[in-house]
Amino acid sequence: MTLQGTSSQAAASRVAGVQTINPNARPQAGRRHVLDLDDFTPQEVDDVLQNAVAMREVQQRAIRKVPTLRGKSIFTLFYEASTRTRASFEQAGKILSADVINVSSSGSSVEKGETLYDTALTLQAMNADMIVIRHPHSGAPHFLARHLDASVINAGDGAHAHPTQALLDMFTIQQHLGKIKGVKVVIVGDILYSRVARSNLWGLTKMGADVTLCAPPTLLPPDFLNGAKRQKGHPFAGVKIENNVEKALEGADVVMALRLQLERMKAGHLPTLREYSRIWGINPRRMKLAKPNALVMHPGPINEGVEIDPEVAHGAASVIEEQVTNGVAVRMAILYTLVTPAHGGK
Amino acid sequence: MTPILISGGRIVDPSQNIDKIADLLIENGVITGIDARINPPAGAKVIDAQRLIVCPGFIDLHCHLREPGLEYKETIASGTLAAARGGFTTLCAMPNTNPVMDNSSIVDFVNRRAKEEGVVRVLPIGAVTKGSKGAELAEMGEMAKSGVIGFSDDGHPVGDANVMRQALSYASGLGLPIINHCEVKELSGAGVMNEGWVATRLGLRGIPRSSEEAMAARDVSLAEITGGRLHVAHASTSGTVEIVKRAKERGLSVTCEVTPHHLTLPDETVLGYANIGKRFDPLTTASYDTSARVSPPLRGREDVAAMVKALKDGVVDFIATDHAPHSRTDKQCTFDEAANGISNLETTLGLLMTLVHSGGMPLPLLIEKLTVAPAKFLGRNLGTLKAGAPADVTIFDPDAEWKVDAKQFASKGKNTPLDGATLKGKVAATVYSGQVVFGG
Repeated sequence: MTLQGTSSQAAASRVAGVQTINPNARPQAGRRHVLDLDDFTPQEVDDVLQNAVAMREVQQRAIRKVPTLRGKSIFTLFYEASTRTRASFEQAGKILSADVINVSSSGSSVEKGETLYDTALTLQAMNADMIVIRHPHSGAPHFLARHLDASVINAGDGAHAHPTQALLDMFTIQQHLGKIKGVKVVIVGDILYSRVARSNLWGLTKMGADVTLCAPPTLLPPDFLNGAKRQKGHPFAGVKIENNVEKALEGADVVMALRLQLERMKAGHLPTLREYSRIWGINPRRMKLAKPNALVMHPGPINEGVEIDPEVAHGAASVIEEQVTNGVAVRMAILYTLVTPAHGGK
Repeated sequence: MTPILISGGRIVDPSQNIDKIADLLIENGVITGIDARINPPAGAKVIDAQRLIVCPGFIDLHCHLREPGLEYKETIASGTLAAARGGFTTLCAMPNTNPVMDNSSIVDFVNRRAKEEGVVRVLPIGAVTKGSKGAELAEMGEMAKSGVIGFSDDGHPVGDANVMRQALSYASGLGLPIINHCEVKELSGAGVMNEGWVATRLGLRGIPRSSEEAMAARDVSLAEITGGRLHVAHASTSGTVEIVKRAKERGLSVTCEVTPHHLTLPDETVLGYANIGKRFDPLTTASYDTSARVSPPLRGREDVAAMVKALKDGVVDFIATDHAPHSRTDKQCTFDEAANGISNLETTLGLLMTLVHSGGMPLPLLIEKLTVAPAKFLGRNLGTLKAGAPADVTIFDPDAEWKVDAKQFASKGKNTPLDGATLKGKVAATVYSGQVVFGG
């Protein structure tokens, strides 16, 4: 299912259940950074998703350019290889007329040993308005936010968070199913190291989805294994853990497979990839256990035949490519949120 | 040497079971008497200690002075000044210097520097193995002659069980302990903080409690077959305490220490000191506080409580600071990149007094664990106010509230998660060998 239309209202109305865009929808005042979804209110998530509908309309115009961020500087600072997230932010910034400057760790002074702190001071001196950072270490965006006046957007930090990915996942779910509340989402794979899973946990539980995590015990956080340890009031107390992928998939509305990093085997978490794909892999037979037309999602890039069968990844129920398209719209909505002066942007 | 009369203070000396308001006289660098009323000798300096606690100078059996080689982090001069401000009169310096203190010439160097520049007593600890690499024994006998109080490879646990066995056996002949940092490196892996909900919350790799406990159990077993003296450095889990307890019950020569932070700060401190207890609040830019990165890591609340209990029960023998000063750049980075350690000497008393003020520990017991208990481990006439003992005295105000400002530390290491916190309990003066080295 793809969205095409000439106006945002038309785009929205094509999908059953999606509210007509509210032209007055505005982000909450005061947001300066997007570090994770833990500090988003459900209303704020909803505002971003609604604004993304309008952004998708802009994205589909013949001339994809609006002046919203004219004169603003966005630095993308990527300390890890990335194609889709980086290009997505860059395109989002450019559609909104921002000046986007890409900095990567290779070919920059990072190779000469410049520290993240040095880099932060440099960006500060250049009056950066927004910094989009991806870093292999959890908390690197928090570190930057502590030292910079600019807005910081987390584009993935270590095993901690990837909030814009979770927002685009939720946007995709909402576009297709018309809602997030009550939707049964099953996340299968390396939960322990997955920043995508963590941000989705915050976002999905906040929006009332019914979330099940399914992974080998070695790839689950140890404090998740014992449900009793998840104390009362724990934000993830309602999240289910299911060891058996077939049971987990029963009645699922959304099946989200996570990328299996090959080094997990070397680290002793798993015996072989073969065994993983046979026991945990998402294949057509297992997909039959889910609801008919259940969405298949994956944050990409995919190890085809490992965590997901090619037939499923490219099948009719797959929205994996659409997630990428939606990523640009959601990131446009996020940039818009942060730069609007009335709402706390610089 | 000017006589000193400390008048009107509450004298707490657990070595003699003294807890009373009295005067204390110091002459020629030694304690000469405690009495209800002592007339100051001619020319004496009088310190008014009314409403203050007067106790033996604190002894720290585990600290890092970084000299030689890492003087940008700390020197013997700056470290001993910090000690004086924190009420410590004796420091035992770990050998993880550069080069590693694994032979008598480096021990002699440290002793000489301590004499030249130190304002309190410095007792070196030699390395167990050459370069602390864990392969070949260092020249322990030579170092013993130069005055080391024990041997430790410090942050590098002796991983090879046979090397540890030989070390315990060899050192037993010297009458000195092997102080081991108990950690199975394979279990810690790339871990940077305690394994638990906080690590999950932050997406940081966890270090399981078993990492410490497995090696403590191994070491106890080796102490048993060698008859050597084993000292478990900075124990941090209830499981380690259980292992030490059972070893003591079997009559083995096993002792154990705990740090001020493992007695008071849970792993939630990594969320930012102000966020302790706010379990499910969103992270803030104060989260990932690298100054709370320490080895062994700050543990969960149950372990913190277990350590306090073990200290009270006597399973844990004494408190040692594990003062680990670092430069700004060592900590001004992501949590994964940060160095382990807390600059502790100047906040130890204030932090530990939270246990007393909350009713969790009697004041005399706390003082015992900082004075006579470590002195007993050293087998020296220290940590006491008995007549004839070296005049090492700490005077502190148990109720004075103060705000920690790391910039004001005498230590070069400003790395503390307590920066900006308000503590209750402050050192007023420190006397070392009959000389006022701080306050007064």
